[in-house]
Amino acid sequence: MKRFLIPIVLFIVLIGFLAVGLKRDPRDVPSPLVGKPAPAFSLPMLVGGQSLSPQDMRGKVWLFNVWASWCVSCRDEHPVLVKFVKSGKMPEILIVGLNYKDQTDDAKAWLARFGNPYTLSLVDADGRVGIDYGVYGVPETYVIDKRGVIRMKHTGPITEESLTSRIMPLLATLEAEPR
Amino acid sequence: MIKKFCLWLLLSLTLLAPLQANEAVPMAEDPVLEARLVQLSDNLRCLVCQNESLSGSHADLAKDLRREIRGLMKAGKSDAEILDFMVARYGDFVLYRPPVKPTTWLLWGGPFVLLVAAIFLLLNLLRRRAVALRDLPPPEQLSEAERLRARSLLDGESSAKKDVLS
Repeated sequence: MKRFLIPIVLFIVLIGFLAVGLKRDPRDVPSPLVGKPAPAFSLPMLVGGQSLSPQDMRGKVWLFNVWASWCVSCRDEHPVLVKFVKSGKMPEILIVGLNYKDQTDDAKAWLARFGNPYTLSLVDADGRVGIDYGVYGVPETYVIDKRGVIRMKHTGPITEESLTSRIMPLLATLEAEPR
Repeated sequence: MIKKFCLWLLLSLTLLAPLQANEAVPMAEDPVLEARLVQLSDNLRCLVCQNESLSGSHADLAKDLRREIRGLMKAGKSDAEILDFMVARYGDFVLYRPPVKPTTWLLWGGPFVLLVAAIFLLLNLLRRRAVALRDLPPPEQLSEAERLRARSLLDGESSAKKDVLS
């Protein structure tokens, strides 16, 4: 019996590694930008056309949400964001949309149809700002603090669960931080 | 009839040709730069289709990234600077050859640790077996009666086999 003990223990350890590996999402690549200042840009707004840069957001906690009208999983995420804004739980949090590689008319029609949770949306027509932020699969969301530092990146659609369990607690602590 | 059809086919193929040539346009612009781009992006991962290299991927993001790299090369950036550009945005995951640093020591050293452990176990096993063989009690001698019985058993077996075969 004893001679089988070591192989069995090794086997169980291997199974443990495989089980953890199976549960991890291979698409969720940790971003090197977390903890770094949000990359600078100056982009025109979807409505109005004035330009905005991360500098203008200093002193605010904001969500930077990458979306597009051609993006299928954005449709799963969108109602969650709309509901979050409508609930009025965190009115001080701004949501800035990054309309990524989209047609302006399509984007506007999309917002008219599904609702607009964004304080404002910026147009990244050629995807360059997306590259600076390491976007590789829309939707993606960055949580940026009052000093303009990226504190979290969420890859893929935000769900009710990830919003309440991960994002909102972080927003609350960031909101409590001094400027 | 067939001749006419073939002509039409040929004509439509000629019309399609410029469409297919579209993808290769940047290649003609600067073959040296393009060769360098392919060489560099062969070692970079496309993040959309994670098991494809950046040079071979048709994903939109891969095209954009090739465009960025092309721009950086034209701006006179070195390969190391371009790799830094990619790693700063997408992390070490974009590199097919991960850098050696504390978090990847296990990755790089793991196979050698396993090799050394296996050699150690093998040598240990061989030594133990040699000792066991040396310490084996001398084989007991069979008595004459036992030898005869064994002989008859063995003979019986071989004759039985012959029966089956014949």
